[in-house]
Amino acid sequence: MVNTVLSYINAFIIGGFICAVGQLLIDKTKLTAARILVLFVTSGVILTTLGIYQKIVDIGGAGATIPLTGFGYSLAKGAFGEVDKYGLLGAFTGGVKATAAGVTAAIFFGYLASVAFKPKAKR
Amino acid sequence: MQNILTKDEYRKYVEKVSPKSKLLRNTIRAFVVGGFICIIGQMFNNLLKARGYGPDIVSTITPIIMVFLGAFFTGLNIYDELGRFAGAGSIVPITGFANSIVSPAMEYKSEGYVLGVGAKMFVIAGPVLVYGISVSVLAGIIYYIIK
Amino acid sequence: MAGRRIGKQTVKLQNPVNAVSAAAIVGPKEGKGPLGRYFDMIIDDELWGETSWEKAESKLTKETFSKIVTKARKSNNEINCIIAGDLLNQCIASSFGLREAGVSFLGIYGACSTMAQSIGIGAMMVDGGFADNVVCITSSHFCSAEKQFRFPLELGSQRPPTAQWTVTGAGGVLLSNQGTGPCITYVTTGKIVDMGIKDANNMGAAMAPAAADTIITHFRDTGLAPESYDLIVTGDLGIVGKSICDDLIKRQGYYISDRYNDCGVMIYDRERQDAHAGGSGCGCSASVLGGFLYGEMTKGSLNNILFVATGALLSPTSTQQGESIPCIAHAVSIGKTFG
Repeated sequence: MVNTVLSYINAFIIGGFICAVGQLLIDKTKLTAARILVLFVTSGVILTTLGIYQKIVDIGGAGATIPLTGFGYSLAKGAFGEVDKYGLLGAFTGGVKATAAGVTAAIFFGYLASVAFKPKAKR
Repeated sequence: MQNILTKDEYRKYVEKVSPKSKLLRNTIRAFVVGGFICIIGQMFNNLLKARGYGPDIVSTITPIIMVFLGAFFTGLNIYDELGRFAGAGSIVPITGFANSIVSPAMEYKSEGYVLGVGAKMFVIAGPVLVYGISVSVLAGIIYYIIK
Repeated sequence: MAGRRIGKQTVKLQNPVNAVSAAAIVGPKEGKGPLGRYFDMIIDDELWGETSWEKAESKLTKETFSKIVTKARKSNNEINCIIAGDLLNQCIASSFGLREAGVSFLGIYGACSTMAQSIGIGAMMVDGGFADNVVCITSSHFCSAEKQFRFPLELGSQRPPTAQWTVTGAGGVLLSNQGTGPCITYVTTGKIVDMGIKDANNMGAAMAPAAADTIITHFRDTGLAPESYDLIVTGDLGIVGKSICDDLIKRQGYYISDRYNDCGVMIYDRERQDAHAGGSGCGCSASVLGGFLYGEMTKGSLNNILFVATGALLSPTSTQQGESIPCIAHAVSIGKTFG
């Protein structure tokens, strides 16, 4: 029970913190949404390679895997896992294999949503 | 106009007189909303773990659910309102990634399903895949060399 | 020097050029703004029964054109020329909206300065004896502009406080060498001014120098003073650009603050409506002119105005290539004849 509550608190704090960093970048620099997404994903890969991000995942759980840095973490971890199994070839297959679920879901649900829904004007 | 201010002087002048975003308010909003979205992700993690799924399965299913939620709320015209309020709190989580794919897909439907929806779907998220995958390949190569 | 030219950039018209009618149709957000009751029509939603934003914008242009001609009690056959433009690639809102009009068509691009540019050219045509009746019309649409220049509507992005809101609306006037109505007297054609601003989210700051440049040039060319006008109104500088323009003009020795306003500031209630720095787009100056300013002039509440529409001549490509934003402002004097 305590562990469960703790998991939510950690997720909130770590996830919130990563998003707060993103907000500082939006307001203090002229970075657009696309550039911020790119920055966060590549940071996730780099921090995982340096061994730092795994520690953040261990503490923050979803707070570390849900932000887009977590996507970079999955890409890197996947690449490493495949390299362990198959050598250099794994560098090419690992990332996409590990993130296949998220990417495919985005494409598939994206297509469905475009069929089912219409954009609405903002007021 | 150049004879009363140089371009550099004008740029500094504009910087001084332009209203700035309310940084503290925006950061707090981003923190709270982003944190809350992560709590939802954690909830699914915990639920799936309680049902006996292993960590690999959990880390495959939860992103699918979160992407679905991001896509669904984008379709309902709600996610952009959340974005207006929360900024990075809605852009940074994986739900924001879904939003960046679903929103152009919906918008470009008027140009048809192949060249509209199909092509324009990646106009914002494409760079994420290009750079994310490319850097992961480099990381894999580095890892292989170091091993 | 050519007969009607005075000073560096100004033309003094010598024959009566009357704005005999005007019209404006706007979207729901504009309809809820402070000028709501002055517009000819407020549409219920941004699609207006069409299947795309672009088609809806074409419909705005088509219907506004129709109103302008009808209010002048004329038929399309009596119109010699339409001068129109908009923000969309290849100005398709204008060309598709007016394809059934059966009138000579001149498409122009001045970004958000199109209304004044169109009136300037139209007035010169009528004054020079090249046309009897010319319709000057332009439009913009929030959704089609966001789609082309910025982001998909459903994207959860945040706008900084300097950002402006593209007006959904069309507006225009019918210029004629007969009839009665406010008169075009001077046309000051702007030159491109680029002060190095790169931030497409702060258009007001990018365009203010062009507006100030054209206004100062107008005073220097004509020898007039700010006091000659009841109102000097810029197109869409927004609150940020407006105060910068005011300041830049002051630094050059002219004081306009007590008679200066901006259509982008006038069209939305910035307290109640989410418009950040104010309205923008070709339709902003056009609908405020066609709906509100024209009405005030025919009522006699305003006698002489200097209408200065401002445009940012960028494209998504130029921004991505790291370029700054070159801008332009065109001015037309509308009112009673001088001297």
